[in-house]
Amino acid sequence: MSRQSNRTTDSKKMNSELFTLTYGALVTQLCKDYENDEEVNKQLDKMGYNIGVRLIEDFLARSSIGRCQDFRETADVIAKVAFKMYLGITPSVTNWSPAGDEFSLILENNPLVDFVELPDNHSTLVYSSLLCGVLRGALEMVQMAVDVRFAQDTLRGDSVTEIRMKFIKRIEENLPAGDE
Amino acid sequence: GTLFSPREGTMADEAPFQFLHNEVLQYIYKSAENGETDNGRNIAKLENMGFRVGQGLMERLTKDTARFKDELDIMKFVCKDFWTCVFKKQIDNLRTNHQGIYVLQDNKFRLLSQLSAGKQYLEQAPKYLAFTCGLVRGALSNLGVKSIVTAEVSVMPACVSDHKMIRKIFS
Repeated sequence: MSRQSNRTTDSKKMNSELFTLTYGALVTQLCKDYENDEEVNKQLDKMGYNIGVRLIEDFLARSSIGRCQDFRETADVIAKVAFKMYLGITPSVTNWSPAGDEFSLILENNPLVDFVELPDNHSTLVYSSLLCGVLRGALEMVQMAVDVRFAQDTLRGDSVTEIRMKFIKRIEENLPAGDE
Repeated sequence: GTLFSPREGTMADEAPFQFLHNEVLQYIYKSAENGETDNGRNIAKLENMGFRVGQGLMERLTKDTARFKDELDIMKFVCKDFWTCVFKKQIDNLRTNHQGIYVLQDNKFRLLSQLSAGKQYLEQAPKYLAFTCGLVRGALSNLGVKSIVTAEVSVMPACVSDHKMIRKIFS
């Protein structure tokens, strides 16, 4: 019996599964190493930050996007270019604050949580905390201090995943970035 | 820490895993109590993580696939389909002694993206290979094959930027 070989169409999907499964293995390891969920969340965020401060260079090199004029443009670039490029999804940008300094990214599907179920004793684990750190670290490198948090999480029973991003302030260009 | 950037020529969708792998490495080594003296334990941790991931990947990859006719058939699948799914390229060379030892050679291994060549770099190579060894061992395990997977790096004298990775598998 010959083997079906239809790998080209699958390879993009498989690549994200490699990332997803590796992320799952990391979270599992962290849950073993740390006593409580808060510590795991913090560690994931920190690792995300470390990734973000380097990922931004990769992103700028691949996308040749110029400097964003305002936070609205930043939001569009994050959702339509960055997420699409790296994770193959396009979150929608909604729920803008009246001041225009805060918005939500709504992810119908969060690729990080494919095949994941939170066990009962991890109710305060914010599984995808890495993403918050990535966004924060990346934007810091382009002189934006932002606060990023999960407002909704499908792993905790919400119908969508919602990431809330708030602009805090502009960072002076000649200050060195914090080294974590 | 050393500046990390994905290997030239890698696609954007490969970047998340490469960055994550690098960060996992940093975490495992930073969180070890005694730095280098725990190297064996750190390598084992990385290898075990890779093992679980390899099992999961192979399970998804072979869901609709017919059974393999023999061990060599399995190894060819690892070299072509599995390697392509994970690293977007095939293994460049497969050798075997037909007695359970296979050597897989990747001339441009994706995860060795540090730029400096030289002795210091080669000494660091094991930690960059551990997760992938686990991946292969886990993938094979999912197909019912028990193995020991080791890897080594050699640098061609004439071309500093070519990285060779040779893995030996004992079934």
